[in-house]
Amino acid sequence: MTNNQYVARSKAIAARALGDETMVMSARNSTLFTLDEVASVIWAAADGVTPLQEIVRRQVCSRFDVAPDIALQDAEALVANLAEHGIMLVSDQPLETAAGARTDAR
Amino acid sequence: MSSLVLEMAAKALRLNVPLSVQLDLTYRCNERCIHCYLDHDDHGEMNTAEILDLLEQMAAAGVFYLTISGGEIFMRRDFFEILERARQLTFCVKLKTNAVLIREKEARRIGELGVESVQISVYSHLPEVHDAITKMPGSFRQTIEGVRLLVQEGLSVTLANVLMVQNSGDYHGVRVLAKELGAKYTVDPTITPMMDGDRSILNLNIDQSALQGVFRDGTLVGNVEEFCAPPSGPDAEALDMLPCSAGHTACYVSPYGDVYPCVQFPLPSGNVRQTKFIDIWRDSPQLNEVRTITLRDMPSCSQCTHGGSCTRCPGLAFMEGNMRGPSSQDCEKSFARTGIPSENYKKRHASPHSPATLNLVQIQGVQPVQPVHSGIPGKLIEGRAATA
Repeated sequence: MTNNQYVARSKAIAARALGDETMVMSARNSTLFTLDEVASVIWAAADGVTPLQEIVRRQVCSRFDVAPDIALQDAEALVANLAEHGIMLVSDQPLETAAGARTDAR
Repeated sequence: MSSLVLEMAAKALRLNVPLSVQLDLTYRCNERCIHCYLDHDDHGEMNTAEILDLLEQMAAAGVFYLTISGGEIFMRRDFFEILERARQLTFCVKLKTNAVLIREKEARRIGELGVESVQISVYSHLPEVHDAITKMPGSFRQTIEGVRLLVQEGLSVTLANVLMVQNSGDYHGVRVLAKELGAKYTVDPTITPMMDGDRSILNLNIDQSALQGVFRDGTLVGNVEEFCAPPSGPDAEALDMLPCSAGHTACYVSPYGDVYPCVQFPLPSGNVRQTKFIDIWRDSPQLNEVRTITLRDMPSCSQCTHGGSCTRCPGLAFMEGNMRGPSSQDCEKSFARTGIPSENYKKRHASPHSPATLNLVQIQGVQPVQPVHSGIPGKLIEGRAATA
């Protein structure tokens, strides 16, 4: 397990659930992403104040048959990837954010 | 279009999700374009509260792509209130405007709100030609200034160049202008009938010779040989194809709350002032009828040699009187592309006459429609990307 990370959806995105997936588009460059069912759970729970570790424990491990350390490892890789594309904010401190406007913060 | 976008569209079709909506905020406009298909009076637009409520409903229904258009969107004093709410609801917002009213403050706000793209009508690189089409002196200068300001804000801007008799030779100039401005370019060689069914503006359409010039311009269409290849006739797969996304994954909402399959397909399918958006989408008999139509159900087009490759617009066919019939404007285009006439084209040119004009109106008294009313993936967490 790593130190707690806080994750929040960027304001610079468009997003919508489609079935059990989520479409996310970066407002920065119109790149479209689709998140699978588990990634969608993390996306929906990324409120900036709940630690990623907690999200994984409560939302992922309770619903999917996966070991906590594997789930956290995958979740960290996911949020790092999404942060690289500017659609998720990652911090070691709680974040305040709301979708719907442009921000360059990461 | 990327494979990921197509995949999402296919999934939306399977799940009956309205992935894309065009919402016209107003038909009022500060320009009076000679080819416009709208009247410009306010016959009772939805107010701010109605539109904000509709946005909530559309988000809940799964709408992702939201095109906000008009009329001229900046004629609405509440435009930014609507746009802000749309972005809070995380729609992928595209704007269509003439940009005449966009100055630094407006451009900055549009940029701050993370609008995906802005499409701006530009008719010519020559101010006098553009202004003669918009019937608004000085509009070219103001529009181009608006384009510059939006581009400076880092927005994706496209110059939309509708061709008609008055500007048929100007598209090269507009393309160069777009490049100079840092904007994209798109051309549309089709003038469509007015939404009230009046077809008089079709006289502005460019002729066959000009259309052939556009379709044989490799800088516009890519591989000319492929684009203009003779048709081979529809095969079994083509006969089961859906005509387009109208009514399937997309629809249009007018400023008065009327829902149509598409802005170019004015089949009244419900009104959001009377019925919830999702109930119209799921249960409207009109939309459900549109959804049943494949090429196989079109008596003329299914037999036509162009059937598998034609750009036939079901809305234009509807405005000619039969949504299962041919769209004569697309027959003209197929002929211009390939030099091979469709059966409908031959018939029309043997005995030319105007198609029957439908009694279409912009404000419909639509009767409310009565509604009839998870596994773990192989890889745990996956995110895939593609440029739209």
